[in-house]
Amino acid sequence: MYVYDEYDRQILTERVAQFRSQTDRALAGELSEEEFLPLRLQNGLYVQRLAPMMRIAVPYGMLRSVQLRRLARITRDYDKGYAHFTTRQNVQLNWPAIEDVPDILAELAEVEMHANQTSGNCIRNTTTDQFAAVQSNELIDPRPYCELIRQWSTYHPEFAFLPRKFKVAVNASDSTDRAAIQVHDIGIEMVRNDAGELGYRVYVGGGLGRTPMVGPVIREFLPELDLLTYLEAVLRVYNRYGRRDNKFKARIKILVKAMTPAGFAEKVEAEWAHIKDSPTRLTREEIDRVKTFFTEPDYQSLENEPSALVSARGESKAFDNWVKRNVDSHKQPGYSIVTLTLKKTGVPPGDVSDKQLEQIADLADQYSFGEVRVTHQQNVVLADVRQDQLFELWKTIVPMDFGTANLNTLTDIICCPGGDYCALANAKSIPIAEAIQREFDDLDYLYDLGDIDLNISGCMNACGHHHVGNIGVLGVDKKGEEFYQVSLGGSSQRDAAIGKILGPSFAREEMPRVVSKIVDVYVERRTEEETFLDTYRRIGIDPFKERVYA
Amino acid sequence: MPDVIRKDGIHNDDLWTLVSAPVEGESLQLPDGPALLPVTVWNENQDAFAGRNDIGVWFDSHDEPETVAGDLNQLPLIAVNFPKFTDGRGYSIARLLRERHGYTGELRAVGDVLLDQLFYMKRCGFDSYVLRADKDINKADGCLNVFSNAYQAAVDVKEPLFRRRTA
Repeated sequence: MYVYDEYDRQILTERVAQFRSQTDRALAGELSEEEFLPLRLQNGLYVQRLAPMMRIAVPYGMLRSVQLRRLARITRDYDKGYAHFTTRQNVQLNWPAIEDVPDILAELAEVEMHANQTSGNCIRNTTTDQFAAVQSNELIDPRPYCELIRQWSTYHPEFAFLPRKFKVAVNASDSTDRAAIQVHDIGIEMVRNDAGELGYRVYVGGGLGRTPMVGPVIREFLPELDLLTYLEAVLRVYNRYGRRDNKFKARIKILVKAMTPAGFAEKVEAEWAHIKDSPTRLTREEIDRVKTFFTEPDYQSLENEPSALVSARGESKAFDNWVKRNVDSHKQPGYSIVTLTLKKTGVPPGDVSDKQLEQIADLADQYSFGEVRVTHQQNVVLADVRQDQLFELWKTIVPMDFGTANLNTLTDIICCPGGDYCALANAKSIPIAEAIQREFDDLDYLYDLGDIDLNISGCMNACGHHHVGNIGVLGVDKKGEEFYQVSLGGSSQRDAAIGKILGPSFAREEMPRVVSKIVDVYVERRTEEETFLDTYRRIGIDPFKERVYA
Repeated sequence: MPDVIRKDGIHNDDLWTLVSAPVEGESLQLPDGPALLPVTVWNENQDAFAGRNDIGVWFDSHDEPETVAGDLNQLPLIAVNFPKFTDGRGYSIARLLRERHGYTGELRAVGDVLLDQLFYMKRCGFDSYVLRADKDINKADGCLNVFSNAYQAAVDVKEPLFRRRTA
């Protein structure tokens, strides 16, 4: 993981001091609410329904145990003792006091953390695959490239007042896409060209929100060293020509659509031609320097499927289920990737207490070289667990509520904070997630259903990524009452697609039955090997519609 | 006359007047003393103003540096207007004027210019600022120098930190 040097520390220290001064001036009335707004947003602080919320950055999802412990302490000292993992690999506090935020930032800075650009019309936290560098089907570790983007985008002087927020995601696997890059403002896919050279395929103009779109490719191959100059060209075209007259048409996807992807690409190429050889061009030395922070941990020489694991799986059905569902294969023999699910029924998806944060830190130290990864599905990954320790780990985490063996099933729901917390929401989302989890409490049935993404957003801003859920649920307001619109067929994977709306929306209490009927159609119509999405794609939306509205 | 912040301090004797584009059908009225003309007006009347050291131009946030005909370096002053401090186009305009069009004269931020944006403006090539009147000009110096370093290359520091780190 990246470790700060004196430059990084100095810049971050100065940022904290700057925000302290800004907060003081805001509280003293020298800065109007409107003037303070973008400053506090770019330091993670936004005011919500019940209290200010603070979004802390977790660059590309990586956390060290010392950072988890600090987060736990902060939730205790400044909040109500819990935090929330978001759908963009960040952490949110729900109840900090505005005047405490500079102190919180100072505490974070001590462990090389911050809330930089986690909100506001700027370049946000760069995200990537939570299985980076531990999966076998990967071209290269994407995290050093994410770190290069992080540094380039941090306090970028030209792009702090963009027309709208801007999100970048990176993927380096040619068979999966856990970072949902095609629904980001910029999606970067690491590829090799025919000559075997490393580079990037660049997607621009994807996104969710009010106008969901799968981003088109605007450059098939960008050479490795040209990453930052090309990003700068894309951002400059967007900063200059993105719409500023209408907040709802200000994202880059609208510009790309208006100019056409080819027209937009041409504009970017023309801009890039001027700056591609500028000093911003990456150097081999810098890439190598950053890569030194992402070396392999000290793996032991072990074998896959050790007898301890095999016999434990034979003895315990529950453990075996958990291994099947929540444990993924690792590139290193004898190791596995473990996902701790934060999706226990009755707990808002992604919520963790201070104690749980400390437990996760302890687990990381004991089982996974002191590091964890946060996923955009609001779970936490221990990336390097010895297979001969899986049984012990499982027995430890079950009482901590991290062992729900439902990863990627219908009840592993992605869910925004919704109307319980968020001022933007039209409807509550957490109670819907809970009602669906209660309806589907039979694990064997869930396993039989296989992988199904169910995503819930409380409004069209789509923090719960409902458009790309195989089943998507969107809270809508109808004359002051909360209703829920269902869409089917979305995907955030390599075959990214925006879901299609099933039909008129439903009342809250109808939702578990609606989901049941949708699932019934799948079970009746599927062929042996088909996932929910496969069946949907084969038979279309009509059979689902007929059943649900019958 | 507004105070102007420059590298060497605060000046209260600046005589430049920002001239708006004439309403259609009316002719351009020049003030007494030096005048900043809309870049569109300057483009159309360049020959008339050639060689004058009391004529500069200003860009609004939608004006494009690419449209400028002729040599910008004959201008003693260029201003870029920030109609709202949240309108970030002026940062790109400044960088383009400096880095692409080679402008070396005084580059001034005008309009909704507040304290907390000064550092970014400086990085993008501004070297003179008219702070909005209700802001405390004595705090400008601190805000202009709020960071001692930065990751990116820009106008003020030509090389990104990664090229200087290893040096």
